Amino acid sequence: MDRARKIALWLDDRLRISALFASTAGHEVPASAGSWFYVFGSATLLCFVIQIITGACLAFVYIPSTNEAWTSLQYLNHAQFLGWYLRAVHNWGSNFMVAIMTLHMIQVFLFGAYKYPREMTWISGVCLLLLTLGMAFTGEVMRFDQDAYWGLGIGASVMARVPLVGAQLVHLMLAGPIIAGETLSRFFTLHVFIIPGLIIAIVSLHLRLVLTKGINEYPKPGHPVHKATYDREYAEILKKEGVPFVPHAIGKDLIFAAIVIVGILGCALIFGPRGPAGPPDPTIVDTNPRPDFYFLSVFAALALVPDWMEVFVLFVAPALLIAFLIALPFISGTGEKSARRRPVAVLIVIFIMLVLGVLTYLGQTSPWSPHMSAWSGAPIPVNYVKGRTPLELRGAAIFQNKQCRTCHSLGGEGGQRGPALDEIATIMTRDEMVRQIIQGSGNMPAYGKKLSPAEVEALVAFMETLHPLSVPPVRNSDRPENRLPRDVAMVRPATGRLNR
Amino acid sequence: MHEPSSEAEKVKESNPPSRRDWLFAAGLAVNVAAGVLLAIPLVGFVFSSFVQRKDPRDWIPLGRLDEFPEGKTRIANYRNPYTRPWDGQTANIPCWVRHIQGNQFQVFAVNCTHLGCPVRWFQESGLFMCPCHGGVYYEDGARASGPPPRGLFQYTYKVENGQLWIKGGEMPTLANPA
Repeated sequence: MDRARKIALWLDDRLRISALFASTAGHEVPASAGSWFYVFGSATLLCFVIQIITGACLAFVYIPSTNEAWTSLQYLNHAQFLGWYLRAVHNWGSNFMVAIMTLHMIQVFLFGAYKYPREMTWISGVCLLLLTLGMAFTGEVMRFDQDAYWGLGIGASVMARVPLVGAQLVHLMLAGPIIAGETLSRFFTLHVFIIPGLIIAIVSLHLRLVLTKGINEYPKPGHPVHKATYDREYAEILKKEGVPFVPHAIGKDLIFAAIVIVGILGCALIFGPRGPAGPPDPTIVDTNPRPDFYFLSVFAALALVPDWMEVFVLFVAPALLIAFLIALPFISGTGEKSARRRPVAVLIVIFIMLVLGVLTYLGQTSPWSPHMSAWSGAPIPVNYVKGRTPLELRGAAIFQNKQCRTCHSLGGEGGQRGPALDEIATIMTRDEMVRQIIQGSGNMPAYGKKLSPAEVEALVAFMETLHPLSVPPVRNSDRPENRLPRDVAMVRPATGRLNR
Repeated sequence: MHEPSSEAEKVKESNPPSRRDWLFAAGLAVNVAAGVLLAIPLVGFVFSSFVQRKDPRDWIPLGRLDEFPEGKTRIANYRNPYTRPWDGQTANIPCWVRHIQGNQFQVFAVNCTHLGCPVRWFQESGLFMCPCHGGVYYEDGARASGPPPRGLFQYTYKVENGQLWIKGGEMPTLANPA
């Protein structure tokens, strides 16, 4: 026993372990920082460590070659013992990392932790946010499937829009004039060496700043930060109610860490790995590329903004956002910290979360995308053809064959790019329909060259029947027959039929 | 000569540069030089695409003319001329060939001009449609609707020895329309 103690003391003397512990893990923090709200930072770091470990394991098998990557992922999923599970843990680790990092950022923002004297802690955190998103994008490319291939195409097309140096940026991003062998190697280097290296370096700075500038005390309403007095106040808080981080403030971090690990393992077990989707063969044009969850909001924004705003949304808005995040501790570096006294801060968080949430939902459902198979896969409901004349039935067939339902739905099936046409006869007159079909307008292409006059005639005859029994079709007031007295006009044969 | 103002400057002026100072300055200087020597090949390697500005495109045969019936639009695949031995299937590039009549063709890149997703041809409605953001083009490649800023990118083509050739090898983008 005595000998063991001597060895331990010798080791501590030579390695300076207890001194290192006292100045790092054992540093004093305000007791109020031992809160459930303060667990997200350590949990994000935990996710990063899990990503490094699982990523290193996957790299034992994964081959970063355009020719082999997809096959090696299939091998991991189906042949390598527990390969599917490691891929699933890596994927869910990244989902958890982005989610918990977001919570950490919201907490830091709402608790005013970015204010004096922790400006650089916040700015290094902003860098870590950007690097983590970089890991998410390059990681998506590692899963080298159809989505990754066309995702790279989208990335290159975005780069090409940078004024003046667009072409060079595309070349630099793809490591060549086109997505090819070197492109994947480039993204592998970024995902495995360069970005993780930067994250490790900046996390070190981030943690060092937590030690030197202290962790934010739990803010109390009515205790604003003043540059002249804050350092003294913080020293007093530490003196009065300071506790060593280990073991007296880390308890909740530890419990949350275990929840996160079990959560990642559980999600990976239940939901399994993601992809790979179809092979990265560009000749398969029958594909529907979608980015991963994190970028669905951007994907949706690009479908929804008008053309003239695209350059703004792609380049100016992100630049402004990053500039705002970096400038934030200098814009409001002092004053109230408590969210109870900062309604604008709370509103900003709610607003941004709502925007991201709605855009992500829209990106998931993407109502602007044509339903490429509705014309062959979704027959016109029987109610819409029952009791129709031969001409109208011919029109229904044309409606189907000319692929109108790629963009227009009937009975809830079909694309949502254009309006649903179930009640179109109550909105448009015959002449308006003819004009719209032949010339197009708004988002609708012109079909004048693709439809014969007889086909247009039949199509419009069918569309004129699309109205509920209780609502008559609209009529053109400049037609003489429509200006006749009501009782005479009633004699006209009714064209309306029951839709449902 | 100005009057020494602070205490530090007085000390500095009274102590002429020592051998240690000289060694430190010289050490910095030779390391800056060595660093530049190291950086030249590194930067040149990573940014080689800026140094070598050779046209990556080349003439590629797409097939015999009778593979493309007049008045029809067909898909054709070619092997990208800019290739690496480990490219695999990613070097097989599709394109849409529209045979107008005689020796008149239009060869469209599959990449949507909006953000590069692959457009699909719909014979019956005579439209190209993009699955990503719903861009639509007419059969002559002109923009019909949706977010694309222009019509489809077209390859330069020629008819030689009964074959259709295109000049390809580069991903067409707004900055580099094929």
